[in-house]
Amino acid sequence: MSKANLLDRRQVVSTLLADRKDVVAIGGLGASTNDMCAAGDHARNFYLWGGMGGAAMIGLGLALAQPKLPVLVITGDGEMLMGLGSLATIGLQKPANLSIAVLDNEAYGETGGQTSHTSAAADLVGVARACGIKDSQSISTMAEVEAFSTAVHDVSAGPRFANMKIDSASLERILPTRDGTYILNRIRGDLGFQPI
Amino acid sequence: MHAHADAADTAPNWPDDIFATLQRFDVRQVPYVPDAGHSKLIQRVLASSTMRGIPLTTEEEGVALLAGAWAGGQRGVLLMQSSGVGNCINMLSLIPILRFPFLTLVTMRGEWGEFNPWQVPMGSTTQGVFELSGVQVLRASNAAEVPAVLEAAASQAYNALTPTAVLLSQRLIGAKVFTK
Repeated sequence: MSKANLLDRRQVVSTLLADRKDVVAIGGLGASTNDMCAAGDHARNFYLWGGMGGAAMIGLGLALAQPKLPVLVITGDGEMLMGLGSLATIGLQKPANLSIAVLDNEAYGETGGQTSHTSAAADLVGVARACGIKDSQSISTMAEVEAFSTAVHDVSAGPRFANMKIDSASLERILPTRDGTYILNRIRGDLGFQPI
Repeated sequence: MHAHADAADTAPNWPDDIFATLQRFDVRQVPYVPDAGHSKLIQRVLASSTMRGIPLTTEEEGVALLAGAWAGGQRGVLLMQSSGVGNCINMLSLIPILRFPFLTLVTMRGEWGEFNPWQVPMGSTTQGVFELSGVQVLRASNAAEVPAVLEAAASQAYNALTPTAVLLSQRLIGAKVFTK
């Protein structure tokens, strides 16, 4: 059941992407990728349907390749927990244009809602900060989401990390394309890269 | 430390050959897990002005990183040891799905005079794991063949989008020895 006073995931993601300009957004395996699609399909959306735990590292590779471009990873608590080491790798590289937003419902929503480690023990903000990502914060209001959404465009002050407590309501799935080659080549094309 | 099996390899320059090939193919991102066999190449990468060496906490991070690098227009190469290949298996699924250029250089353990039995299971299955995952495998067993093998591997990985692993054999690197 949904707890009171928690953020609505679709509203959060819509706000993060509302005025996205040139942002490249990577969605983690699971509902966060659906949320990105629900906010509107976009040539710069990188939807993950597999490779769980890899979203933040895809974001790092992209951010290092395109240092002037804002790169925003939007993923879930389960996906982030599987790639905790990547926070240490990102903390070491310190890509100033990379932002990570975790939609934390303390549950594995895709697989039946089993509770995740963030429900009782794991503090992702603490982990990110301890890994060297100084700008790490916990977000619980839409005003804070809006401020984070603005900060994403500052490509000189990252990396930044935000853990957003969302409610665990199960929403209608808005499924994006699952053709990986199309997804990746569409982003490359939008960035001006030709096919091989 | 490493004991070198072949006298000609006592001052190996094959890592320099690898570096030169990677430079010629405009490789920019070099994720790696620290490894004795790759130590000279890692030093060259970290001293390079065009390549970025990126230490990982686990090898699978490197597979995802290279997908992102390619989305952003850069080529990369993943440096690891045979024991790390097993850590990558699910993330290797990104390669055929996203069809990005994938090249990895793997220093081998668990063969040619290995003293540590714990290295043998993964060393023995490294090639099979790659092949089952859709990654072609080339091998370099002596220093003289490194340039040609690297050239072939980089060419097919970057020009033909053929995922490729180069196994740098323990005979090339020298079996690891521990002295008390």
